Amino acid sequence: MVKLLNKLFQVAGCGLLCVAVFFPGLAQAEPTAEAVAPAPARQKELINLVRQDCGSCHGLRLEGGLGLPLTPQALREKSPDALKETILYGRAGTPMPPWKPFLTDAESGWIVQMLLKGLP
Amino acid sequence: MRRYSIFTVFIGLLALQGCATPPLRGTGDLGVVIERAAGSIQVVETTHRTRLGQIAGLGDLSHASVNYSRDERYAYVFGRDGALTKVDLLKMRIEKRVMQSGNSIGGAISQDGRLIAVANYTPGGIKVFDSETLEQVADIPAIDHTGKPSKVVGLVDAPGNRFVFSLYDAGEIWVAELRDPAKPALHKFTNIGKEPYDGMITADGRYYVAGLFGEDGLALLDLWHLDAGVKRVLNGYGKGEQKLPVYKMPHLEGWAATGNELLVPAVGRNEVLVIDQNNWMEAGRIPVHGQPVFVVARPDNRQVWVNFAFPNNDTVQVIDVPSRAVVKTLKPGKAVLHMEFTPRGENVWVSVRDDDRVEVYDSETFAKIGELPADKPSGIFFTPRAHRTGL
Ligand code: HEC
Repeated sequence: MVKLLNKLFQVAGCGLLCVAVFFPGLAQAEPTAEAVAPAPARQKELINLVRQDCGSCHGLRLEGGLGLPLTPQALREKSPDALKETILYGRAGTPMPPWKPFLTDAESGWIVQMLLKGLP
Repeated sequence: MRRYSIFTVFIGLLALQGCATPPLRGTGDLGVVIERAAGSIQVVETTHRTRLGQIAGLGDLSHASVNYSRDERYAYVFGRDGALTKVDLLKMRIEKRVMQSGNSIGGAISQDGRLIAVANYTPGGIKVFDSETLEQVADIPAIDHTGKPSKVVGLVDAPGNRFVFSLYDAGEIWVAELRDPAKPALHKFTNIGKEPYDGMITADGRYYVAGLFGEDGLALLDLWHLDAGVKRVLNGYGKGEQKLPVYKMPHLEGWAATGNELLVPAVGRNEVLVIDQNNWMEAGRIPVHGQPVFVVARPDNRQVWVNFAFPNNDTVQVIDVPSRAVVKTLKPGKAVLHMEFTPRGENVWVSVRDDDRVEVYDSETFAKIGELPADKPSGIFFTPRAHRTGL
């Protein structure tokens, strides 16, 4: 049911943000990670965040810098869930900061998916 | 008849000459704005605050920096992807370009202007090039005292054709003397502290200071007295408090040395630290809007301008040095990345990445006096850097 509604909204070109805005409860009930893609406007913001702000440590092309490379080849063998956690909670004892104040669980999962696919 | 034709040829030649040579001009008021995502640079001019042209094809310019030849005609652009590009500001074109490593972080030009050194992450080390030809003349891998490779950060030039840099992973500072580039003489200082993340040198070229990420403190090397070794200063400035997460590493290139005082960004704290340069002790702290990234002194040292890490990167604050008070808070726009003063400091140029523009402020009245469009601008570098040690 939830899935169906979500589908409908996406078909309507409205994306999940509308769902979240109109039915916050529904968005909460959505399973995390895969299915949930942020609304298009938010996707753009997140891509910019990853390229620019993550890029300041990981490189604009995410090929590594002070931080490790975040290219699909570099991440392929790693657990997506663990990567999602790293993004949300950072890695103590290293410069990798926690992004939880700025990202939801689902957004972090979506970023991992994008990193694994290769950023557009 | 014959006379007439010679005259025509002469005029023709003159006209051709006129086409090929742009009007004569100096370069002392020129500069470069990095367009980090597009991989291009803009050549700008600070007298009329205009853009003279754009040069594309420079690769990944995140964290790019620029040094200038001593005649202020050529810009050496260091790209993140390991490229070193020599740009002719007058002809407005790429003169030479070499891919010198996989991943680099900045460079420096030697005192005599003949050598360009580039700091690399992978493989960690510095490579040195002839500034005219960009031919490699030295390669110094950063293999620490235990045999492990290390990323290199905080590379600066120092008097005596020396380069000074820090090894991030190893916690070492190296001084490379390149009087004879074929035989670099290295002085290595080990155990200088955990994770030096950047370094700077005072304007007189005497003191090299590395900021530490892995602990609260700075590592100080007096280049007049190398045998005295590296000293730790401002130890434990965080007083053991949990530091805030750091969303962007501070940059030390812009550390402000204002005569007797050094103003530096605190890591993981919303503060600018004031160091007394006579005894290298903390002389005060200035609470600011966020975690400082660049702390840049106006050339007269009266003011210091500060920008901040994500998520406070829409703001710039101005500190009045004598009173150590924040006297102005500006909101230039989304993602302020860099600030550069005109040679004598009457204006400051500010890059606003996510709003795709560079803004120009009057540093006395704080009025915005100009604006130039730019594609995701980051660093701004004016040619007078050519004559300053450590820039
Ligand atoms: C201040 C610097 C910094 C910023 C900004 C930063 N990172 Fe990192 N990140 C690091 C460092 C350093 C590591 C390596 C930690 C280690 O040594 O284990 C890392 C590790 C990671 C890892 C784990 C990689 C692996 O192979 O295990 C992921 C995923 C990651 N970062 C994602 C991000 C994302 C996404 C952002 C932006 C939202 C970001 N980082 C911003 C410094 C940073």
